[in-house]
Amino acid sequence: MKLLNKWPDYYKKDVATHYCPGCGHGIVHRIVAELMEEMDLGRRAICVNPAGCAVLAYKYFDIDMIESAHGRGTAIATGVKRVKPELFVFTYQGDGDLSAIGTAETIHSANRGEHITVIFINNAVYGMTGGQMAPTTLVGQRTTTTPGGRNPKFDGFPLHITDVIAKFPGVIYAERVAVNGPAGIQRTKRAIRNAFQVQVDGLGYSIVEVLSPCPTNWKMTPEDSFKWITEVMAKEFVPGVLTDKRGGGD
Amino acid sequence: MSGNHTFGEAAIRAGCRSYFGYPITPQNELGEYMSEHLPANGGVFVQSESETAAINMVIGAAATGTRVMTSSSSPGISLKQEGISFLAGFQLPAVIVNVMRGGPGLGNIAPAQGDYFQATRGGGHGDYRTPVFAPGSVQEVADLTRVAFDVADRYRTPVMVLGDGMLGQMKEPVVFPEPISDFPEKEWALKGRGDGPSRYMASLILDPMEMERHNWELVRKYQVIAKNETRYEEYMLDDAKIVAVAYGTTARIAKAAIKRVRKEGVPAGLLRPITLWPFPKEPLQNLARRIEDFVVFEMSTGQMLEDVLLSLEGKARVAFHGRPGGVVPTPVEFARVLYREYQRQMRVNNETA
Repeated sequence: MKLLNKWPDYYKKDVATHYCPGCGHGIVHRIVAELMEEMDLGRRAICVNPAGCAVLAYKYFDIDMIESAHGRGTAIATGVKRVKPELFVFTYQGDGDLSAIGTAETIHSANRGEHITVIFINNAVYGMTGGQMAPTTLVGQRTTTTPGGRNPKFDGFPLHITDVIAKFPGVIYAERVAVNGPAGIQRTKRAIRNAFQVQVDGLGYSIVEVLSPCPTNWKMTPEDSFKWITEVMAKEFVPGVLTDKRGGGD
Repeated sequence: MSGNHTFGEAAIRAGCRSYFGYPITPQNELGEYMSEHLPANGGVFVQSESETAAINMVIGAAATGTRVMTSSSSPGISLKQEGISFLAGFQLPAVIVNVMRGGPGLGNIAPAQGDYFQATRGGGHGDYRTPVFAPGSVQEVADLTRVAFDVADRYRTPVMVLGDGMLGQMKEPVVFPEPISDFPEKEWALKGRGDGPSRYMASLILDPMEMERHNWELVRKYQVIAKNETRYEEYMLDDAKIVAVAYGTTARIAKAAIKRVRKEGVPAGLLRPITLWPFPKEPLQNLARRIEDFVVFEMSTGQMLEDVLLSLEGKARVAFHGRPGGVVPTPVEFARVLYREYQRQMRVNNETA
């Protein structure tokens, strides 16, 4: 008999979540924990978690972890992986962390083709600090620092950093997915599995960008948040495989 | 061998197996040396995209228990401060070399000692200290780099070795200690949880009471470091009536000046702090029991001066002579200052007699 919805070995039990109702982090956390078990990675994994809501990811992941200063995750991951290539190293970062303050680290770790995997949570706002504009905030989107909506004239345009680094030769796999319903969640798991496998196979850098709901800061219900991802956010950040240099295809 | 190359060779012989850095003058030869010799010795060299990235790569390597070094010069060290604060918070060992140059800002690439405050007062944010070793010769670069790695490991702390452009660039004969590669197992190092419990390396402690406990825990560690690791050199102090206080390159110039003034009958000596933090406070206090006059020499506008004043607690006269901006003073210049201050002392003593 197969047990469905088994509690993942690498997800801590009896811990109350600190994430808001409807937040996408819990879903992605669960996917990562399931893959740690299914791909037998949890014993040799090091997760680098960011500054931001997911700084508390150590409360949930039951694997070795190290915290990073805001934006520096891929530099720390580089340090770990270079000296201990036998470890499985991934970062878990938000849009502000990865594509604002950590842009240089993101670009250059990708350009060096570091053998690490990046889980990039794009929710178009700064969540932890209370909903300020992120590099990925959509044009016209209201945030606490763009009260009139993001105006490209003053605030620039949404930054598509995953599209940028997907062009690098060392970036073996890059995919954008969306946590916006059962199909999107399944696709997210498949994408992260592919990305993890790239590192397992020693091919190079892999990244999965996850469009993820932040109902609290979007001031929406969880249901409307899913809808907003599908109808608005996914029009700007179109899901799909951005590069796949594995050979043999998906 | 040049000071910069010596830093590298000494690190490799101390079991350093990773180096992360970004080019900046006057310490480029150190990174270049590592790029050639570290991989040849089974180590890892990465030229990072910035000093900020380099220090965070250091954090990653240190977290696995690997001996790790980064180096830079003044402006680059400013960029590393965030990471040094995290190393202190994580309680991770690492060695950071600063080959100081003139400042503030870009300043210039000439030797200076303007980063004393930054090195000894934490530099980055938060309540922490960093042990700082200040070599005065290329031989001491070799010796103290080894000590720096040992102290970093022993106390799980970032350690700074503070040189300057003069020390980095000059060449001297040097005898290296034998290489070591066997170290005690670092129980705290991250290596994947395996069959054991998972571990988490954090500096985030949201509960103020717990954070305070962590702060005091660090302080207790710093007290032990201060007790065990304070280093200094006494030079011609036995009969001294006036004492120069100087470190690194400046101490070397001061020694030449002391030899010179002693020929003129001025009984001068030198106290050379080798650790800048912990500062050799007690030796200075002991000297102040029998000596009334101190002269602080620095290639700055007066930074270590404050530690000397704090140590002496007003119990002696303290004069200061500084040359900031990358100007390297001469022995003659220091000798004149010592001679002048000694004459003043004689005058004052005659007047009060």
